[in-house]
Amino acid sequence: MPAVKSLDELRKLKEEALEKRRAKTTAGNIQVTVAMGTCGIAAGARETMRAILDSIEADNLSGVVVKQTGCMGMCEMEPIVQVEVGGAPKVTYGKVNTELARRIMKEHVVGGHVVNELVIPAY
Amino acid sequence: MREIALHLLDIAENSVAACARDITIAVDEDARKDRLLMIVEDNGKGMDEDMVARVVDPFVTSRTTRKVGLGIPLLKAAAEGCNGYLHINSAVGRGTRLEVEFQRSHIDRMPLGDLIGTWFELLVAWPQIHWIFRYRASGGEFLFDDAPIKKELGDVSLSEPSILTYLRETLQEGVKSVQKSQEDIHASSQIA
Ligand SMILES: Nc1ncnc2c1ncn2[C@@H]1O[C@H](COP(=O)(O)OP(=O)(O)OP(=O)(O)O)[C@@H](O)[C@H]1O
Ligand code: FES
Ligand SMILES: [Mg+2]
Repeated sequence: MPAVKSLDELRKLKEEALEKRRAKTTAGNIQVTVAMGTCGIAAGARETMRAILDSIEADNLSGVVVKQTGCMGMCEMEPIVQVEVGGAPKVTYGKVNTELARRIMKEHVVGGHVVNELVIPAY
Repeated sequence: MREIALHLLDIAENSVAACARDITIAVDEDARKDRLLMIVEDNGKGMDEDMVARVVDPFVTSRTTRKVGLGIPLLKAAAEGCNGYLHINSAVGRGTRLEVEFQRSHIDRMPLGDLIGTWFELLVAWPQIHWIFRYRASGGEFLFDDAPIKKELGDVSLSEPSILTYLRETLQEGVKSVQKSQEDIHASSQIA
């Protein structure tokens, strides 16, 4: 890799992240999962994923783990996003465009309130 | 799909689904030969000859939730419509190499699209996979290997906000530096 950006710079960022982690008292592990099968991607899952990563950067949300998964077998509900906060049961959202993704990040991931009208009920 | 980068995302997802530990995504733009070549290579579970033959046919998939695999046939059709091809080399237990090429200047060729976005999202969302990304254009090369980064980070997540920024900028600057050298070559050849 050409030395475009240095590992020294990365080391500094890592120290800061570790510092933040130590300072944090409420250690609620948050996981956000986006379904990325062909249907999901065709329905815009990629933009949805992008919006989620952007909101982590923009709002400086430390401690959120973003994952992908393949097809979830619900083509008509794509893009699908799942949110798991701490020990609470996994919540599955359907038809999550970028705007709704930002809303879920704000209300559920940051605010701790499930966005009920977007939940796929019988999942 | 309107972008090659989205197809690459889809193809790489197949490699992930095949339990690959190492995945390489290479993009090679050759303006002089007028070719655009992409390779996705993995060491996942692989396919036998019969499966490879059927995978390029739209009525094949190993998945149970849906009957039709779309990713590969769609990309193959797009490439063949642009004087290109799609080849799969695979061996059970060893891995798969998918190669797809377009005539770069073909009027129907879809744009490369957001390649950095594809790389960035795969890298962050599948942290357990060792990713190697390569971009080449007219003599320049950017090679990204995530191993030293992950080694440095230890158990600090790639989705930490500052790390996301670092990764995105690393990929952006790397690709840009190659495209820059491509422009330079172009400019000097115009002078000559
Ligand atoms: N890299 C790979 N390693 C092993 N098997 C693969 C690989 N790529 C594709 N396959 C096999 O080929 C099938 C077809 O792939 P394709 O991308 O066309 O459709 P799919 O992944 O099944 O569905 P989707 O339309 O959601 O992508 C897969 O289901 C898988 O069995
Ligand atoms: S096949 Fe459509 S969501 Fe999986
Ligand atoms: Mg696929």
